[in-house]
Amino acid sequence: MNAKTIQLTINGEARSVDVGAGESLLHLLRRIGFTGVKNGCDEGACGACTVILNGRTVNACLTFAFQAAGGRVETIEFLGNFENPHPLQKALADEGAVQCGYCIPGMILSAKALLDRKAAPTDEEWSLHLDGNLCRCTGYEKIQSALRKLVAAQGGDQ
Amino acid sequence: MSRNFQVVNKSVRKIDALALALGKPMYAGDKVPPGALHIKFLWSPHAHAVIKSIDIRAAEQLPGVRCVLYHGNVPRIPHTTAGQGYPEPSPYDTFMFDTKVRFVGDRVAAVAADTPEIAAAAVAAIQVEYEVLSAVLSIDDAMKDGAPVIHDEPDAFAKIPVQYEPGKNLAAFVGMDVGNLDEGLAGADVVVDESYYAHYAQHCPIEPHVAFGYMDPEGRLVIVTSTQVPFHVRRIVAQCIEMPIRQIRVIKPRIGGGFGVKQEVLMEDVVAMMTVRTQKPCLLTFTREEEFVSSRTRHPIRTRIRLGAKKDGTFTAYGMDCLSNTGAYGSHALTVVCNCGSKMLPLYRAKNIHFTGTAVYTNLPVGGAYRGYGATQSSFAVESAMDELAEKLGVDPLALRQQNHIVSGETSPVFRALGEGKAGVEQSIGSCELAKCITLGAKEIGWKKRGDWRKKTGRMRRGIGMACLMQGSSIPEIDMGAASIKMNEDGSFNLLMGATDLGTGSDTVLAQIGAEALGCDVSKIIVYSSDTDMTPFDVGAYASSTTYLSGAAVKNCAEKVVKQILAVAGQMLGRKPSELAHGDSVVRAKDGSGQVTYSEIALHSLYNAEQHQIGAMSSHITHKSPPPFSAHFVEVEIDTETGALKLLKYVAAVDCGTAINPKLAEGQTEGGVMNGISYALTEEYLFSATGRMTNASFQDYKLFSMRDKPEIKTILVPSYEKTGPYGAKSVSEICINGALPAIANAIYNAVGVRLREGPFTAEKIWRGLRAMGAKA
Ligand code: FES
Ligand code: FES
Repeated sequence: MNAKTIQLTINGEARSVDVGAGESLLHLLRRIGFTGVKNGCDEGACGACTVILNGRTVNACLTFAFQAAGGRVETIEFLGNFENPHPLQKALADEGAVQCGYCIPGMILSAKALLDRKAAPTDEEWSLHLDGNLCRCTGYEKIQSALRKLVAAQGGDQ
Repeated sequence: MSRNFQVVNKSVRKIDALALALGKPMYAGDKVPPGALHIKFLWSPHAHAVIKSIDIRAAEQLPGVRCVLYHGNVPRIPHTTAGQGYPEPSPYDTFMFDTKVRFVGDRVAAVAADTPEIAAAAVAAIQVEYEVLSAVLSIDDAMKDGAPVIHDEPDAFAKIPVQYEPGKNLAAFVGMDVGNLDEGLAGADVVVDESYYAHYAQHCPIEPHVAFGYMDPEGRLVIVTSTQVPFHVRRIVAQCIEMPIRQIRVIKPRIGGGFGVKQEVLMEDVVAMMTVRTQKPCLLTFTREEEFVSSRTRHPIRTRIRLGAKKDGTFTAYGMDCLSNTGAYGSHALTVVCNCGSKMLPLYRAKNIHFTGTAVYTNLPVGGAYRGYGATQSSFAVESAMDELAEKLGVDPLALRQQNHIVSGETSPVFRALGEGKAGVEQSIGSCELAKCITLGAKEIGWKKRGDWRKKTGRMRRGIGMACLMQGSSIPEIDMGAASIKMNEDGSFNLLMGATDLGTGSDTVLAQIGAEALGCDVSKIIVYSSDTDMTPFDVGAYASSTTYLSGAAVKNCAEKVVKQILAVAGQMLGRKPSELAHGDSVVRAKDGSGQVTYSEIALHSLYNAEQHQIGAMSSHITHKSPPPFSAHFVEVEIDTETGALKLLKYVAAVDCGTAINPKLAEGQTEGGVMNGISYALTEEYLFSATGRMTNASFQDYKLFSMRDKPEIKTILVPSYEKTGPYGAKSVSEICINGALPAIANAIYNAVGVRLREGPFTAEKIWRGLRAMGAKA
């Protein structure tokens, strides 16, 4: 299947991987074990497959694997661990915003992209920014309140 | 009603939340064994056709193709895909593969191959000759004289004695009468007689269906599947592939949302057959399009409501006739349409009550279980009709509801008359705080400012609407849940349950119930749920049963374990169990003379004297299905120029008994509300003239996003349900039911347009305005 080898950095680790012609970044990442990246639609409409490519969030299902050649990819697995979760991971877990959890990796990575740019996004900014991340379980209410609390808490720290 | 709880009624963190947020491999699709084959289906392009011939040779010859299944090489076993208790009330009208296809998207054949690409190529290489038949594409055509018969195969049958006449495309019928509806209507001062149509929709779990199988080293079949009903999967797979149940193990990992669509054995039969035939791991994942077209939907139902009332607002007649479209197969056909009546008829008192539920086959996508389960469809009708009646009576619709709704201590003849495929179970209402839900919700939305639509002016007009709701908690005298608990050296407990957490947080809720009874922190409970080899039986996660039913099993089980703990502690302390008290993982002598920790007790029982494993197993069935109650309120703003609707605020006041975990109960409410709103305003199935769904993608089927979300206010109104664990009732389903009627009523209140069919698009509102002759 016209496999081609590309070099890229995934979660800080240099990798050399074979990619199929037309293979999506989503498919590649899941195939080599980064299963935190979820497939919800494979058509760019749900955000479950969100990853960070060269510092920007992308829908991995709409990105060809070869587009990541020479680039840096970050997935949810890179963000935190049990001992030291990312504040977003902790905030959503604490607030009851994680129901089935399937949308959550994408939601968190999208949220992180905004939070990296802006210290204290407003509700409207969050909603606009997370518009591409569908969640069917929570009605977004607890996700919003988790984000609000996180922003408030971080503001308090500064 | 506050009780002195230690663990229950507290918002402890959902036990799996952090692992999920970290992206750990917890779903079926994350655990696929290396080298698994990929399964793909060939779906029917026709709504109704006979398969004259199939040639699979070209497909089989493609390199990398391992197995092709079609009707010619699999057993023909009538069954239902509905994951319900055995014997199922759904007809046995489904075959793994059949010689006939009954909707666009029906199974024709399946391929297992080394890669998804090869599987797709093989599917394309299968040659099929169809004889296309005329199709039934609407509920009104299904039972007309001369309508094509969809299930003309001789071997479809109903497993239990219910009315089933496939020759007439009748998938199910149920009815009841109390008193005489016609007399009741004749004796009324005011009558409403209207029909309302709740449309097709899909559950849209963000994780589509996924399952894989493999043979374990001892030759047993293991299926890992995203299911709400692992034990039903095991039984139905055993039936379909003719393998003894003991040879099959079904494991349910985390599920990426279900909402009822995973209460269906949709793919596991083929995964099992492929795995057995190839002796290799086999994976099947639905695409989003397949999820829309070939899985299950909300049964579209047209409900005619006849309400008769005296001038003083008392009801003389309450009639409901439901016509349900079950699509090409009768999955949940009887029980969903029956639930239309059994959940919404008891809500209001009336002397003369009438109900019929008719489910017909069509050549359209198949209905199934969907959160709300019939009550969504009928509450749209009932709660719209209530407002129409109030308008005719010239009274406040809120007051009309207050005057007539059921209260604690009352019963309804409907409970006894309507069961699930058999007579129902009599019950009187225990806990009911509906009155309070109405008052609190009305206050929150500002009901007083509502006003008559005729007095509203200006381009942008606001309106407020409401709806009252009730559901159930489990299926009484049918559902069963079980749990087992064992104690470990460090004073922790393994809690093993058949109950199926589908993202709702039931593992957490049940752990809290266990911890409360055991007298320990929730962190001391290690939950393992849903593995048919390891955990006791449970019917599964449906019918709003898990907290109420499985929770009671956990509580009973924990209480048995506590007895054993006290017995051992008594030996250690030289006391009778009655002289001891437990809590905080310690047993104390009540007179303060001594104490032992749970860890010491466990070590003692495992290593020191009269060694034994402290542990127990318990089952529970229910004799009641205590309804949760809810009142929903919504404020909308309508642009009279364009018909565009803006949701300003949504209030859901819910009585779910004791909220075992208030945050999670709120989450259930908010998720249900939002799904209901999305259904009411945008979600719908569009079909071509030949019955093909034309908008089977998230691009064309609009789910509400965070940007679309209105302000949602949840009010938990506590009550104490004596028959439930620590006073709990259910909360998962009820709140999806409110948006259709509450928004319809709000639209009417804003601009005087009465919509009796969803979704309430700008176009429908605009057309309504035009029809009224309003300035447009
Ligand atoms: S899977 Fe990529 S957006 Fe849905
Ligand atoms: S938590 Fe289930 S989809 Fe968001």
